[in-house]
Amino acid sequence: MSKTLYEKIWNAHAIFEGADGQTLLHVGRHIIHDGSSHAFEFLQNRGLRVRRPNQVFATPDHGVPSNSHNLQSMRDLEQRGVVELLEQNTRKFGIAHFAIDDPRQGIVHVVGPELGITLPGILMVCGDSHTSTHGALGALGFGLGSSDVLHVLATQTTWQQRSKTMRITVEGKLSPAVTAKDLIMSIICQIGSNGASGHVIEYAGSTIRSMSIEERLTVCNMSIDAGARAGMIAPDDITYQYLHGRPFAPTGVKWQEALEYWRSLPSDADAVFDREVRIDASTLAPMVSWGTSPDDSLPIGARIPDPANESNPRRRAAMLRTLDYMGLVPGTELTDIEVDQVFIGSCTNARIEDLRAAASIVQGARVVVPSLVVPGSTQVKLAAEAQGLDRIFRDAGFIWGESGCSMCVAMNGDTVGPGKRCASTSNRSAMDRQGKGSRTHILSPIMAAAAALTGRITDVREFRR
Amino acid sequence: MEPFVILEGIAAPLELANVDTGQIMPARFLRRPRNAGYQDFLFRDLRFSEDGKELPDFVLNQAAYHKARILVAGRTFGAGSSREQAAWGLTDFGIRCVIAVDFGDIFYANAFKSGLLPIRVDVDTCAKLRSQLNTQPGTSLRIDLPAQTISAADGTTLAFEIDPFRKRCLLEGLDEIGITLQYEEVISAFEQGYRHDMRWLFGIHP
Repeated sequence: MSKTLYEKIWNAHAIFEGADGQTLLHVGRHIIHDGSSHAFEFLQNRGLRVRRPNQVFATPDHGVPSNSHNLQSMRDLEQRGVVELLEQNTRKFGIAHFAIDDPRQGIVHVVGPELGITLPGILMVCGDSHTSTHGALGALGFGLGSSDVLHVLATQTTWQQRSKTMRITVEGKLSPAVTAKDLIMSIICQIGSNGASGHVIEYAGSTIRSMSIEERLTVCNMSIDAGARAGMIAPDDITYQYLHGRPFAPTGVKWQEALEYWRSLPSDADAVFDREVRIDASTLAPMVSWGTSPDDSLPIGARIPDPANESNPRRRAAMLRTLDYMGLVPGTELTDIEVDQVFIGSCTNARIEDLRAAASIVQGARVVVPSLVVPGSTQVKLAAEAQGLDRIFRDAGFIWGESGCSMCVAMNGDTVGPGKRCASTSNRSAMDRQGKGSRTHILSPIMAAAAALTGRITDVREFRR
Repeated sequence: MEPFVILEGIAAPLELANVDTGQIMPARFLRRPRNAGYQDFLFRDLRFSEDGKELPDFVLNQAAYHKARILVAGRTFGAGSSREQAAWGLTDFGIRCVIAVDFGDIFYANAFKSGLLPIRVDVDTCAKLRSQLNTQPGTSLRIDLPAQTISAADGTTLAFEIDPFRKRCLLEGLDEIGITLQYEEVISAFEQGYRHDMRWLFGIHP
């Protein structure tokens, strides 16, 4: 019986399937962060313990400041409290913790892959929706709420219903300046914001195969914004090269054993998917979001859509509301939209390749609006500094921050003000996402870099300093 | 968890599509202790002005809906972030059922853990329900979980689907951990096999 990658990992973790549609799955590795405080509170209220602490890893990311990683200097006492609680809880239960001042700290979805915590063929969970990121290495990764995080802490298992499968086959060569971010934004436009609901996506095809792990991580990251339970890519030699030698990846004989299993994971040639989607990569252009729903994006060169052309009255009303919130006029060219600030960061686009690409645009120029770069992890920050990227950003007038989720989720004091417009490499442009009244345009790191230098949405392909 | 069997209560129509968990529960409130209650932060920026005054246009601020127990939304309710606090805000406010065309998968799963029943109905039915409620503000709906039906004041009854496991948990107020712990032996046996088959995953903490 031929199987998909998803089904193989599911089967390897299924303890048993209940008669009533739910399966109890063992969790291979679990990552927690400073938002896990409620789960620990519930755990301790019930007198429970962490069942398998050696399968749990922790690092604070959501609320850590980008101006200093000195715990004592955290002025938001609520945020400081949960960072301290993470420290205490991980010590109490014997969980590996990459604390705020540890060189391994960072955004959970950047740290997992770079430390080799994320590995092919295992079930990974985390109390964060963008856990879909980890599928880029051939893991099955999905996000959970606090009650389910508690359940995993207490039992190392989770009850799940088997998802449908969707294969998105991407063929063709991406044009210059069209990135993994533009690909996933285009995919979401094609299938709709909740278009993959109830499904796990497997990305396949020559375009995906030729991508680096960093690019694959960006694609899988935003699977959740298409509504998917998870996004995954079959592991291959690029995956194994990336993982080899990473601190929490197997070594020696264990590496060979792991490889044997990993090589059995790709979907069988005749495996059947519930849905098939095809994308021609060569037709894609750099993308910019203009609205508040994940599918409100357009290729650069387009104009803001006109609600008058929308025949469905409910959709028209929603568009009017979106344009009102975003402060945009129908017919405006995307490249005529002025921005107040720029953010380069987040679990979507703050890995070393992202920073290198953005720096290549910024080099030798000056920003004209306040601009912030926040590396996805402290490891990324250190690597960028070793390569001199921090100098390029600082010399151009960017603020060079300490790693964390920062302005993507706006919980650490880095916010976009009411009515202010931000070109951002993050993953969501929802209402109030980057702060109350914030207006977000999501785009790729090189597009964000170009916007920082011109003060407006800019087609990076035509950009000349 | 308080069992959910039959719920009869005022239903509020929410005329907004794509209300994600960030709008249901803004990020700045996520660190509050659970026992402090999340009802005041529910839909915070849709419900209140900057200075904390109620916005009269928002449905839950209208007198007829102050005691709403059911929310009838539209397309894609609760997509986005995995924050379970979105479900807590609804239940702490008193809402125990949300009807929508589709839900974010994680919100849908979280809802059950808080005793909140999410019901999917097709887009036309959903619009019709909201329009009926708009015509007669303050009308009740009756949600019969054992029978899996929604009954409207005009006598129409709709069936809905729910998977049997989640239905049982809601009906009996069961908590998943309690159920899971009954399978301790099975879980331990599985773990033993897993640690053997996936031995490359273990003993590599540097």
